[in-house]
Amino acid sequence: MSAALNTAVAFDTALLERNSRLRTSRSTLPLRSDEDVVGLRRHVRERAVAIALSLVDQTKLVTAASELARNTIKYGGSGEVHLDALEDGFKRGVGLIFVDNGPGIADLEMALRDGYTTGGGLGLGLGGSKRLVDEFEIDTRPGEGTAVSIVKWKR
Amino acid sequence: MERIPILRMGNLLLVTIQVDMHDRLAMTLQDDLTERIVRDNAKGVLIDISALDLVDSFIGRMISNTAAMARVLDAQTVVVGMQPAVAITLVELGLTLHGVKTALNVEKGMALLGKTNF
Repeated sequence: MSAALNTAVAFDTALLERNSRLRTSRSTLPLRSDEDVVGLRRHVRERAVAIALSLVDQTKLVTAASELARNTIKYGGSGEVHLDALEDGFKRGVGLIFVDNGPGIADLEMALRDGYTTGGGLGLGLGGSKRLVDEFEIDTRPGEGTAVSIVKWKR
Repeated sequence: MERIPILRMGNLLLVTIQVDMHDRLAMTLQDDLTERIVRDNAKGVLIDISALDLVDSFIGRMISNTAAMARVLDAQTVVVGMQPAVAITLVELGLTLHGVKTALNVEKGMALLGKTNF
């Protein structure tokens, strides 16, 4: 219990339950290191294959996950990611929610713009990820944390 | 420490990336490659990414930077074997690997680096 408390992210955001009506399962992974990012990529790939996403859509989802997981670690310090299996009628999807207790994003509009970075990267992480998925939402509050929710649906 | 092997063939360096690279591994490869270009007096670097099912902005930047560093060190870089799904994703992400030479496979990459290099 105490170990779980130590790693749990406390950012209280409505994004966590945004798709709860469509959710059939959820698992949560910590995001602290480079290796966690690689591990997440593998998990997301498995989920994408399980709902028979096309190879291109698999690659887009895994790439978006990699970008956002790196953001969580780099800007949020550390955090966690929830992997949700989603079902909307006959439509199936993979939902990912990245949460951290970091400083939050001061200027979200700028952060979503290509080429804008405060971390010395390429500034493609947020805006680029948004283009790779079907649904993309951010909840961020200065001093509290950031949550990013993405969904890829099987077409 | 974990490392990606770099093979020498004449004055070419050949790297085949076969593992899902974490960020530190990508940085180590970049450092190792620049060092080997100088030490082996290499004129060309061939990076085979056909086994990679993902190139995100970090790996993409590592590839671009490596090519730029190689150029400054008088060596050409060719990236070969990118999977179609990876190419589609990379461009949609906003990365076009500007300034990086590419070829469909190792053979064509070698041809691009020039037969005089052997």
